[in-house]
Amino acid sequence: MRPASPWIDPLDPTEVEAARPYLAGPGAARLRRTVVLATAAVSIVPLLIISFLYYDQYERSLRTGTLEAVSRQVTNNKRALEFFLTERRSALSFIVQDRSFTELCDEKTLSRLMKHTNDTFALGSFADLGLIDAGGKQLCYTGPYDLKGRDYHDQDWFYRVSRRGVFVSDAFLGYRHSPHFAIATKHERESGEYYILRATVNAEVLAEQIVTAGLTPDDDVFLVNRDGVLQSPSRRYGAVLNTVRIPIPHATGEVHVLEQEDEQHLRVVIGCVQVADSPFVLVYIGSHVRGQSAGLSLPRLLVFLMVSIAFILGVIFWGSGQLVASLRAHNLKRAELMHKVEYANKLATIGRLAAGVAHEINNPLTIINEKAGLLQDIVKLEGEFPRRDKVLGIAESIVGSVARCRKVTHRLLGFAKYMDVASETIAVEELLKEVVSFLGKEAESRNVTITVEAEPGVPNVESDRGQLQQVFLNILNNAEAAVRDGGHIDIRVRMAGERRVAVCIADDGIGIPKENLDRIFEPFFTTKEGSGTGLGLSITYGIVQKLGGEIRVQSEAGKGTCFTVLLPVRRG
Amino acid sequence: MAALRVLFVDDEEELVSTVVERLDLRGIDATGAMSGEEALTRIEEQPFDVVVLDVRMPGLGGFDVIKRIKQSHPDLEVILLSGHGAKEAAETGLRLGAFDYLQKPVDLEDLIAILHRATGRE
Repeated sequence: MRPASPWIDPLDPTEVEAARPYLAGPGAARLRRTVVLATAAVSIVPLLIISFLYYDQYERSLRTGTLEAVSRQVTNNKRALEFFLTERRSALSFIVQDRSFTELCDEKTLSRLMKHTNDTFALGSFADLGLIDAGGKQLCYTGPYDLKGRDYHDQDWFYRVSRRGVFVSDAFLGYRHSPHFAIATKHERESGEYYILRATVNAEVLAEQIVTAGLTPDDDVFLVNRDGVLQSPSRRYGAVLNTVRIPIPHATGEVHVLEQEDEQHLRVVIGCVQVADSPFVLVYIGSHVRGQSAGLSLPRLLVFLMVSIAFILGVIFWGSGQLVASLRAHNLKRAELMHKVEYANKLATIGRLAAGVAHEINNPLTIINEKAGLLQDIVKLEGEFPRRDKVLGIAESIVGSVARCRKVTHRLLGFAKYMDVASETIAVEELLKEVVSFLGKEAESRNVTITVEAEPGVPNVESDRGQLQQVFLNILNNAEAAVRDGGHIDIRVRMAGERRVAVCIADDGIGIPKENLDRIFEPFFTTKEGSGTGLGLSITYGIVQKLGGEIRVQSEAGKGTCFTVLLPVRRG
Repeated sequence: MAALRVLFVDDEEELVSTVVERLDLRGIDATGAMSGEEALTRIEEQPFDVVVLDVRMPGLGGFDVIKRIKQSHPDLEVILLSGHGAKEAAETGLRLGAFDYLQKPVDLEDLIAILHRATGRE
C-alpha cells in the first residue's frame, strides 16, 4: 500500500506510463520545455558562476602562492651563493694580507695555505692557488696543473682585478679545459708594486651550493652570466657554458619574479636575482602554477562541470517527463472522475424524475385497471349481446396493457427508491453458481455453456445477497440474450488490488456497438425493441453503486461483451 | 352467510366508485369513502367487517386513520393500499395493526382473496 499523500492523489506508475504518449503533444512539449529551461537555468547558472568564481579565486591564490614560493627559493639561493663567494674572497684577502710576498712566493707555503683553507671551510672548494705579479706572470702555483710561469696579462679577469682589487670571474675552460671560475684579490706593496693572489673553483662546486630541495621535476634553478651563458648545470638547457634559450629579464639585487612564455610557448614563472659582487645571475624557472597538477586544473573543472551539467539535465529531463506525465495522468483521472460523477448525477436525476412520473401515473393506471375490470364484470353479467366478445377482448387488452405499465412503474420505483442495504458475508463464487442455476432451463435448452471459475484465495465479500443476485441476474440475462445458441458465458472471480473482488462476466455474443456503449446504463435505453423496459442495467448500475462497487463494460460488436463488477471486500 | 361489509377509502373518487361497484357485483357489501375523516364517520354510522385504506390521502392519512380505528374498533381489520412499494410503509402499517398490505394498482381478485382471509371466510 502506498501512503496517501495529503495534497495529491497517489497515482499508479502504470497510470503515469499510460500518459507518456501525451508528452509528444504540443501542449505537453511546451510545458515540458518551460519546466526544463526554468529548472536548468536556476540550477546550472549558479553552478557555473560558483565554479568560475571558485576557479578564479583558486588560481589567484595559487599564483600568489607560487610567486611567493619562487621568490623565497630565489632569495635563499642568493644568500647561500653570496655567503659562499664572500667566504672565499675573505679567505684570499686574509692570506694576502697575513703573508709576505716572499712567503707567498714559496710553493710549499702556498700549498700548505691552500690545504688549510680547504680544511677549514670543509668544502674542498679551491682547486688551485697562484701568485701573479703586476705583469700578469704566474710567479708561484699550487694545484693539479703545471701552470707556473703562465702569462695572464691579456686575460679579462686579470685586467679587471688589476683595476678593482677583487674579482670573481665567469665560468671558463681556461688552460685546463674544465669549467671553472676564478676569484682573485690584488695586494699593493709599500713600494707601489702590486701582486695578485688568485684561486680557482670548479664550476661543479659552485653548482653544489644551489639548493634544489623542494623543486618539482619541472622546476629548474641555475646560474647564468649576463650573456645568458650557463654557469651551473640546468635541467632545461644542459651543461655549464651552454647558452640559455630563454630571454632572461634584467636582474638586479632585488628578486624579480614574473610570468612569461618559454621557448616552447608554455607559460612559466621566472624568478631571477643578481648575486652580489659576482657576474652570476640566479635564475629559477618553474612550471606555470605550482601545484596545479595536484589541484584543480581548468580542464578538470570543465570535465567536472560537463559531467555535472549532463547529470542535472538528465535528471531534469527525466523528472520533467515524469512531472508532465503525472500531471496528464491526474488530469485524465480527474476527467474520468468528473465523468463518473456527472453520469451518476444524471442517472440519479433521471431516476427521481422517473419515480415521480411513475408515481403520478400509478393512480390513473389503477383507475383504468378498475374501469376495465368493471367493464368486464358488466359484460359478463349482461349475457349475450352483439359484439360481446369484441368488447371483452378490448377490456382484456386494456387490462394487459395496464399490467405492462405496472411492470414499468414498479421497476422505476424500485430503481429510485431508497434501498436498505443488508450486510452479510457472501462467498461470491457460490452466489454466482446459485444465480446461474436460476437461468438453468433456458440456457440448457439453447445449449449455452456457462462456466464459473474463481481464482484461489478470493475472500468472501460483505454485501447484500438479494441485491447482488439481482445484479448478476440482470447481467446474465443480458448475456444470455446476446449469445447465439451454443454460445459461451464465462464468469471469472479474481482479486482486483487488495481490497476489491472483481467478477468478470464475458460472453461471445453479438456485442454492443460503440455508439451504444456509453448509454447502456441509462434508464429506458434498450436494444430489445418491444420486450425490454431498458431499466435492467440502470438498476444494476444503481445497486452496484449503493453496494460501494463499480461496474465496467467492454464490448466489441460481433465479438462479445465483458461486464466487470468490482465489489469491495468490506463495506464502508 | 351475510354479505361481507367493506369500507373502501381512497381520495380518488373514480377509483372508489369503480371498486365499490365491482365489489358489489361480486356480492360484497361495499361502501366508499373519499377521505380519512369520512371513513371515521362511516365507521361510527354502520358496522363493517374490513376497511381498505389508502396510505396517502390529503387530510387524515392512512396511518392516522388506522390508529384511530384500532382505538375505537380494535376488532375491525384494516388492509392498507399504497402506490409506494416501500418496505418501511408496510412495516409501519403492520406495526399499527393492519392485517395486510397491497400495492397499487391492485388486482381485484387479489383484494377479494385478502378480504376473505381477513375475515376468516376463505
